[in-house]
Amino acid sequence: MRFALSDEQTALRDAVRELLSRECTPALVRAAWVQTPEADPGRVEAVWAKLAEMGVLGAAAPAAAGGLGLAACDVIPLLEEAGRVALPLPLLETAFVAAPLLAAAGDPYGMLERLIAGELLVACALDGSALVPYATGAHVLLLGERDGGPIRLLAGGESVEPVRSIDGARALGRLLDPAAGRLLDVDQSAASAAWQRGALGCAAQLVGLGRALLELSTQYVKERHQFGVAIGSFQAIKHHLADTLIGLEFAAPAVLRAAWSLDAGAASAGRDVAMAKALASEAAQRAAAVALQCHGAIAYTTEYDLHLFAKRVWASARSWGDADWQRARVGAALGL
Amino acid sequence: MDLTYTEAEQAFRAEARAWLEANVPRGLASGDTAAGFAQHVEWEKRLFDARWAVVSWPERYGGREASLWEWLIFEEEYYRAGAPARVTQNGIFLLAPTLFEFGTVEQQERILPRMAGAEDLWCQGWSEPGAGSDLAATKSRAVRAADRGGWLLTGQKTWTTRGAFCTHLFGLFRTDPDSERHRGLSYLMVPLDAEGVTVRGFQRLDGDEGFAEVFLEDVFVPDEAVLGEVGEGWRVAMATAGSERGLTLRSPGRFLSAAEQLIALARERSGAATPLLRERVTRAWIDAEAYQLFTLQQVSAIVAGRSPGAASSLNKVFWSELDIRLHESALDLLGADAELDGPWSRGFLFSLAGPIYAGTNEIQRNIIAERVLGLPRR
Repeated sequence: MRFALSDEQTALRDAVRELLSRECTPALVRAAWVQTPEADPGRVEAVWAKLAEMGVLGAAAPAAAGGLGLAACDVIPLLEEAGRVALPLPLLETAFVAAPLLAAAGDPYGMLERLIAGELLVACALDGSALVPYATGAHVLLLGERDGGPIRLLAGGESVEPVRSIDGARALGRLLDPAAGRLLDVDQSAASAAWQRGALGCAAQLVGLGRALLELSTQYVKERHQFGVAIGSFQAIKHHLADTLIGLEFAAPAVLRAAWSLDAGAASAGRDVAMAKALASEAAQRAAAVALQCHGAIAYTTEYDLHLFAKRVWASARSWGDADWQRARVGAALGL
Repeated sequence: MDLTYTEAEQAFRAEARAWLEANVPRGLASGDTAAGFAQHVEWEKRLFDARWAVVSWPERYGGREASLWEWLIFEEEYYRAGAPARVTQNGIFLLAPTLFEFGTVEQQERILPRMAGAEDLWCQGWSEPGAGSDLAATKSRAVRAADRGGWLLTGQKTWTTRGAFCTHLFGLFRTDPDSERHRGLSYLMVPLDAEGVTVRGFQRLDGDEGFAEVFLEDVFVPDEAVLGEVGEGWRVAMATAGSERGLTLRSPGRFLSAAEQLIALARERSGAATPLLRERVTRAWIDAEAYQLFTLQQVSAIVAGRSPGAASSLNKVFWSELDIRLHESALDLLGADAELDGPWSRGFLFSLAGPIYAGTNEIQRNIIAERVLGLPRR
């Protein structure tokens, strides 16, 4: 029994953390916001190139296809880091969902090499929705129904129209024809694994986002003075932040355990992923609500960076199955 | 990450399970009544004779030198078997870790074997009428009796769990009369049959005589009754506080077992369960499971040489509030039957104490904010 990352896993995570904290600053997240004065797609693409250079885009692709062939336990910590900086790019969808799925399908369109090289962005809506995050900048879309039904593949571009998300960095698109796309030839277990990787990766990102919001709030309440003292000395503030930390600290091990279950092919993997996503969605939403409240009015602006993280939480907490839906999956697995 | 147990650990589990299945007594009265306490002490002696009383201790004190993993496995099996509550717990889980860390060899050899064998039964003397969450407000004092080589204790302790049935008490006393707050306190161990001790038991919320107040009037204890250095009582006591809040008092096995019983009850009473109630049952199961995973992660860190420190306050808030939600869900499944005196209603009443003892959850949240997040104290 060892419930901890290995030295190699920690080193890889730290390297990605270092890269992202340098490259993916709040200013970069703002540059990804469409239709704003700060929009600068070129700057955002440069981050994608750096991730490709480090090998992150091929992390979960088989070594035979030029990837690193890493397991979920290796990749999940990286997605938490992507969440921590609110990375405005479809890293989860491209590297952790599409790459292994395309490999399982035998790479029918010969896309893997370009994907790993950073020349191909993939967006996903495997939850039956016509709204696809990151669709407006994606080359390929993967579409399907929740929980591992048939998956369709569709070229990006003309097939979607841009729509306005509360999170301008999500590059949200709506499918013009919700039934469009070519069926991908994979068996049910590969489709199901794709869904589970997506839900779990989203959970990891939400934990990272929650941690970022907690850090931002903790820093702020130490510095902000009212009534002659730092507001972080007030018990009401302390309890809000303590509860936020508790939520995140109990969600994070559930995420890591689900990754282990996926890697081990455990019979409980589906249940474990559902539990992880339910806990992470709630913990991140609490972190967003508490961050807003503890900051006060400054948080209710777009000039301050907090909204970049909070809006990502609100937009993505319901992607890949919201907390209630995922909890119902756990209940069903328990025979309730 | 490796979430599997070794063959040796699995064999340990099988041995514990087999022994518990063959030996766990049924139908004991509550351990917080005089008659029930005696039955529980008998059970503790059987555990000790079979070397299951203190699995993680050295063999010379009656243990098996079990690893933390094996200890967790034993706890899981213990609760799974529905074995009796541990009336020795304040000794074996709270005082003993402190003795191992701060005690002299003489103290360890004198106290630990009798504690493990349930010959001496220990209660905790921390709370006082004027010192609850604010433990540093302790007023009970110890006056130096140099001519006799010891201390004279005077004061009052209260909310002392099973104080009316135990034989010994450990607690904090002010050894420096001019000191304030955390300074000048010492950690002392007192036999309750000493001259000048008066114990009065009284009923807890559940109607059992589980509480006591302990009055001390010029009670003499020798120098060997001091655990750790004189005047260092606060630091010594905080080591125990970490044990009480963290995993040793509330191992995940307890909540996993309760959650499994809740699931069984929900299946049995599926007609009574609205979708919302089913969701609450699922939530309780998820939280028990999350507590287990958090603990596995924490134990991995301890095994790697890192101390949980203030993080034990995270455990305490989480398990105590989870316990209440779990029992409330069970009572709602029971509907009209919920008010009957039974295991679920008793468990519910007991769960309500969780956010209060071992430092209220309000204090725990302050500790999390100040020591983990680094927020200013005032």
